Amino acid sequence: MPGDIAAQAVSALATVAPEPGAAKPEPLLIADGVNRHFGGLVAVDVTHVEIQKGAITALIGPNGAGKSTFFNVLSGFDKADAGTWSFAGVTITNTAPHRLARKGMVRTFQLTKSLSRLTVMDNMLLGAGGQTGESMVASVFPFTWKAQEKKNRERALVLLERFNLAAKAQDFAGSLSGGQRKLLEMARALMLEPELVMLDEPMAGVNPALKQSLLDHIRDIREEGTTVVFVEHDMDMVRDVSDWVIVMAQGKIIAEGQPDAVMRDQRVIDAYLGAHHDQQLTASGDSLTEGTSS
Amino acid sequence: MDMGFVLTQAISQAIGVTAIIYLLATMGLNIQFGYTGLLNFGQIAFVAIGSYAIGVFMVQWQGSAFVPNLWVAILYALLLSVLLALILGVPTLRLRADYLAIVTIAAGEIIRLVFKSTDALGGAQGINGKMGEEFYAINPFPQQDRFDFGPLSYTRNDVWVVTVGWVVIALLLLLTWALMRSPWGRVLKGIREDEDAVRSLGKSTYLRKMQALILGGIFGTLGGIFWAVAKQSVQPDSFVPAFTFFCYTILILGGAARVLGPVVGALIFWFLLVFIEQFLLLLIDNGTITFLEPTQVGPIRFILVGIGLMLLMIFRPQGILGDKKELALDAR
Repeated sequence: MPGDIAAQAVSALATVAPEPGAAKPEPLLIADGVNRHFGGLVAVDVTHVEIQKGAITALIGPNGAGKSTFFNVLSGFDKADAGTWSFAGVTITNTAPHRLARKGMVRTFQLTKSLSRLTVMDNMLLGAGGQTGESMVASVFPFTWKAQEKKNRERALVLLERFNLAAKAQDFAGSLSGGQRKLLEMARALMLEPELVMLDEPMAGVNPALKQSLLDHIRDIREEGTTVVFVEHDMDMVRDVSDWVIVMAQGKIIAEGQPDAVMRDQRVIDAYLGAHHDQQLTASGDSLTEGTSS
Repeated sequence: MDMGFVLTQAISQAIGVTAIIYLLATMGLNIQFGYTGLLNFGQIAFVAIGSYAIGVFMVQWQGSAFVPNLWVAILYALLLSVLLALILGVPTLRLRADYLAIVTIAAGEIIRLVFKSTDALGGAQGINGKMGEEFYAINPFPQQDRFDFGPLSYTRNDVWVVTVGWVVIALLLLLTWALMRSPWGRVLKGIREDEDAVRSLGKSTYLRKMQALILGGIFGTLGGIFWAVAKQSVQPDSFVPAFTFFCYTILILGGAARVLGPVVGALIFWFLLVFIEQFLLLLIDNGTITFLEPTQVGPIRFILVGIGLMLLMIFRPQGILGDKKELALDAR
């Protein structure tokens, strides 16, 4: 049962020390010394991080912490200045994104990239891997890809059904609402049957009702044995769905741990609110009252 | 001159040699720009390569063992076309879309100026001579001076050229249709919409963009080959950037990313251009219009066609065959 595997992975995390760079019992993705700087600005400086297989890991941090840059580097959309990282034991340092996707590591984007002038079904079919008909020569001989296409279509319909998009299959993806596009992007990523799904801010711009269904979908993905990593700002969602939380600030990983513990961590609170957030701005404490400025 | 003559002229031009050349180039552009979203502003470079390959190989290098006949020359022309696509594509297709646009528009001019200033390649005089002997030798039409189809009248050579032109177009349309309904075509359309999304789904976009550039370039080169064979003359100043912009006009007029879009566009574009010209000449001839000289008609027809296109863009921005629903979508 894949569900059991997920449960095991999650319970295994309970034994992991809540420290930055902690070793996981069954790491799927391991990154070492990843460094990315833009001129003098160090955007990412991650010494060591491991992502537990079969679990949902959240990557959080204040704006400008380098989460998305780290994400882009790992998924091949940006090049690191230094560092190595591996996926399922294979080194994938600076590997092109399309090769990563073929290895079973697929990502979504913060700004949804639904292919507007393609139908929802075509979006889904584009996700399927290893298609014979995507070779230029084979494409003019339909008998080489018709059977495969039919299978992919059936698989796409099942996924669309699950994501409540089946009725929209023949509509242009551009006619979907923002939330539906998020769903489509997630469903399309699953067409690749990935081992690891990386979601970049899956909740950005999604209404609360749809958020709940997105959360359920993310849990379902894990139950099927797929590992999930996501970047998110929404703390409720992080608390709700993630098994493990990694906190970044100023390019570094400053904390790791179970969601509740991490949110009580003083380093995390300091990173989000500033170390002196609960102190008065002035020594006397009354200069902020009305009238002093006039 | 009467209205019948005006219409006959317009129809014969709309299906004639020039329209076929533009149509072939535009069909290539449809694959590159319409389906894949590649901004090739130098389609004329591919056309020029085709024309000049035939001109140089058949006339300048006449009797050379390297080019025994027209068919081999056509093969070389197509190979040169692939080479040109690689030269243009390798450095630019990994970069943002605008770089290809800059490189292609420059390449078109570079190629024209190199041909114009190199005497071995014809120089400013261009190349004139017999370029399609083998082609005209296999003309299966019976030996007679004129062939009449209703009001249209063709010489024996013209009817052969036009027939072959449209047969080639029909075959290439069939090829385009087969390619674009396949998963390969779906990847191209995906690249047009958002390249990064396609890359994130495990497809090499660089390879597909290169294939589209090469294929579209070959279509343009076939137009160039056809040009040299049909007109038996290659002039450097025919290969100006405006050619590519007329192709874009035809493509957008007919409807981009539609298999038949370029055909509809080319027919209407050439029909209108010639109809307006001949109609104005008719009106000047019979004294209805007195404020124009016949020599002013040439530029004025472009003004009128331009106005017509503006109206089309306002009232039917998706082109004749386009789908308005599709255009209304936020493309990014």
